[in-house]
Amino acid sequence: MALIEIEHLDKIYNTTAVPVKALNDVTLQFERGEFTSVVGPSGSGKTTFLNMVGGLDRPTKGKIVIDGTNLAELKGSKLVEFRLHHIGFVFQAFNLIPVFTALENVEFIMLLQGISKEERQKRAIELLEAVGLGDRIHSRPGQLSGGQQQRVAVARALASKPEFVLADEPTANLDSKSAEDLLTLMEELNREYQTTFIFSTHDPRVIKRARRIVTLCDGKVEKDETV
Amino acid sequence: MYLNLSWRNIWRNKKRTIIAVASVFFAVIIAVNTRSMQLGSYSYMIHSSARFYTGYFQIQQKNYWEKRSLENTLLQDSIDYKKLRNANYVKALAPRLESFALISFKNTTRVAQVVGIDPQMENEESGLKERLVKGEYLEPQDYSGLISKGLAQLLGVSIGDSIVLYGQGYHGQIAAALLPVKGIIEYPIRELNNTMFYLPLKAAQDIFLTGNRLTSVAVMIDDNRHLEKAKQALSAVIPPQYTLLDWKTMLPELHQSIQFDNISGMLMLAILYVVIAFGVFGTIIMMINERVKEFGILIAVGMKKVRLLIVTFWEIVFIAFLGAASGLIAAIPIVWYFSLHPIRFTGDVTKTFDALGIEPIFSFSTDPLIFLNQALVVFLIALATFIYPIYFMKRFEASRAIRS
Ligand SMILES: Nc1ncnc2c1ncn2[C@@H]1O[C@H](COP(=O)(O)OP(=O)(O)OP(=O)(O)O)[C@@H](O)[C@H]1O
Ligand SMILES: [Mg+2]
Repeated sequence: MALIEIEHLDKIYNTTAVPVKALNDVTLQFERGEFTSVVGPSGSGKTTFLNMVGGLDRPTKGKIVIDGTNLAELKGSKLVEFRLHHIGFVFQAFNLIPVFTALENVEFIMLLQGISKEERQKRAIELLEAVGLGDRIHSRPGQLSGGQQQRVAVARALASKPEFVLADEPTANLDSKSAEDLLTLMEELNREYQTTFIFSTHDPRVIKRARRIVTLCDGKVEKDETV
Repeated sequence: MYLNLSWRNIWRNKKRTIIAVASVFFAVIIAVNTRSMQLGSYSYMIHSSARFYTGYFQIQQKNYWEKRSLENTLLQDSIDYKKLRNANYVKALAPRLESFALISFKNTTRVAQVVGIDPQMENEESGLKERLVKGEYLEPQDYSGLISKGLAQLLGVSIGDSIVLYGQGYHGQIAAALLPVKGIIEYPIRELNNTMFYLPLKAAQDIFLTGNRLTSVAVMIDDNRHLEKAKQALSAVIPPQYTLLDWKTMLPELHQSIQFDNISGMLMLAILYVVIAFGVFGTIIMMINERVKEFGILIAVGMKKVRLLIVTFWEIVFIAFLGAASGLIAAIPIVWYFSLHPIRFTGDVTKTFDALGIEPIFSFSTDPLIFLNQALVVFLIALATFIYPIYFMKRFEASRAIRS
C-alpha cells in the first residue's frame, strides 16, 4: 500500500458568490521516499491540494488515506495530533515563532510531542547542524536571512519524525541562490534519510530538481510524470 | 517553555504592554488609596461616634430601645462581665443606668440625660475622664455627679454647688435627690454638651429606686471591621432574654450616610475599572489579531487550540499580574504613610466632621482586605478579557489563517 492514497478528491469553495471547484476528481498515490513537486498556474489548486493532504482542510468529496489512516475519521484535536506526529510542514513565510531562537523553534514541536528536554535539545542541535545552521542555533528568526529561516523550518518539520513533509512554495520568498541551496538541502535529506517531500512551486529551476512532477490545471491532474 | 513563550510574547510590543501594565498599575494605586481613605474614615467616624456614647454594641432588655423605660431593665447579677470581656475583639464594657430627669439649680430647670456609671469602666469605654475640664472625676462610692459644660452654663452651676434632681423612678415611684457637682465635662457635640449628667451607678440605683438594675451595658470593640465577629462572640455569652443592639441600629443616620458614601465611592471605582478593562481588552485583541498567521501555522504543525489558549491566558495573566503587583507594592507605602499621618482638612468638609464632633481628618485604613479586593478585581478583569481569545479560537480555521 502506498504511503498516501488519494481517491476522487473534490473541493468546492462555497464562500464566494459563484462556487469555485478548486479540486476536481483528483486521484493520486505517493510512495515513501518520493521527492515530488506539485506545479501548475496560479489558482490551479496547489495550495488547496496540499491543505487537503495535510489535514488542514476537509475535502468536499473523496478519500485521503495516510499510512492506513483515513483522514475523514479523525475529528478535531485527533486530527491536530495526527498532523503533529505524521506530517511535517514548511510554509512560504512566517514559519517560525519570532520570540524563540532557532533551537527553541525546533525544540517546540518536540515539546508538543512530549519528548524529554535532553532528547529535544540533542535532536534539535543535530537537525540544525544538518541544515547547516549549527553556529546559529541561538539566533532568533529576525536575526536570520529568509533562506536561513526556511532551513530552520525544514529542521522543525523533520524534528517530529514525520512520515512526509509538505511544503507549499517554500522558495517563493527566497532569492534564486537561497532557493537553490534550500532545494539542495531537501535533496540531501531525501537521499540520506529517505524523507518524503511533496512541495509546490512556480519556479522552473525548482521544478527541474523534482523526481516526480504532478501538474494541476483548474483543479485537475493534467500530467503526472516521473523524471 | 509554554510560560516562557507567553512571557516573551507580551514583550513583542514593549510600549503597548507597558501602557497596558501602567493603566492597571495606576488604577490599582488609585483604587487602593481611595478605598483605604474611605474605609479608614468610616472606621474613624464609627469609632469616634461609638466612643462618644453608644459603644459599638449595647446589651439591653428586649423592649428597652423602643420605650426607654426603667421597667425594661437588666439585672446586674445576670451579666457576666468577665465572660463578655473575654469575648473576641471586646475592648471595654460599661454598665449604665440611664434615665431622663429634671435638674434644677436656683430658679432654672432643665431636662437632662442622667447616667449612672461605673466610673472606671466608663472611662475605659468612652474616655469620660479626658472630657473633664474642671473639678474631679467620680469615685464609685461618691454621692455626687459630673455635669456637662453646656448644661452647667444654662443652669449657672459650678463645682461644689448642689443641684436638685427630680424624675420618675422604678415602678412609677418618685426619684428625687440633692447632688453636689464634683466635676464639669465638655463634649464637642452640642446635644451631648447640653444634656449629660453622670453619677456613680450605686447612687443612681438608689435615687431611681431600681435596686440592682441596669438599662444597658455598652461594649467597645477594637474596630468596626470585626463587628460581625464580635457580635457572634457576644451573642454566645449574653443571657438569652437580653438583646444585643449594634451601632447601626443605635446610630441610623451615621449608618445611612456611610452606606450612601460607600456606594458612590464604589461606583466611581467601578467606572475606573471598566475603562481600564476596555484598555486591557483592546491590548489583548491587538495581541491576538496580529498573530493570526502565526496561530494558523502553530495549529497546522500540531499545536492544539487549547494549548494555544493557555499560552494567551498566561499572557493576560502576566499583564494583569504585573500591573496589579506593581500597583499594590507602590500603594502600600502611600497608604502606610497616610495611616500614620492622616490628612487634615480645611474648608467646607470640616462641617460634617464638626457635626459629628470629631477632628476633621481623613484616616487611612490598612485593612489587608482592601488590597486583596483590588487584586481580585484585576484578576476578574483578566478573566473577562479572556473571553476574546476563547471566542477567537472557537471560530479559528488554520487553513484560512495561513492563506490570509
Ligand atoms: N477560502 C477560499 N474561498 C474561496 N475560494 C478559494 C479559497 N481558497 C482558494 N480558493 C480558490 O480556489 C482556487 C484554487 O486556489 P489555490 O490557492 O489552491 O491555488 P494555487 O494553485 O495555490 O495558486 P497560487 O499559485 O496562486 O498559490 C482558486 O480559484 C482560488 O481562488
Ligand atoms: Mg498557493
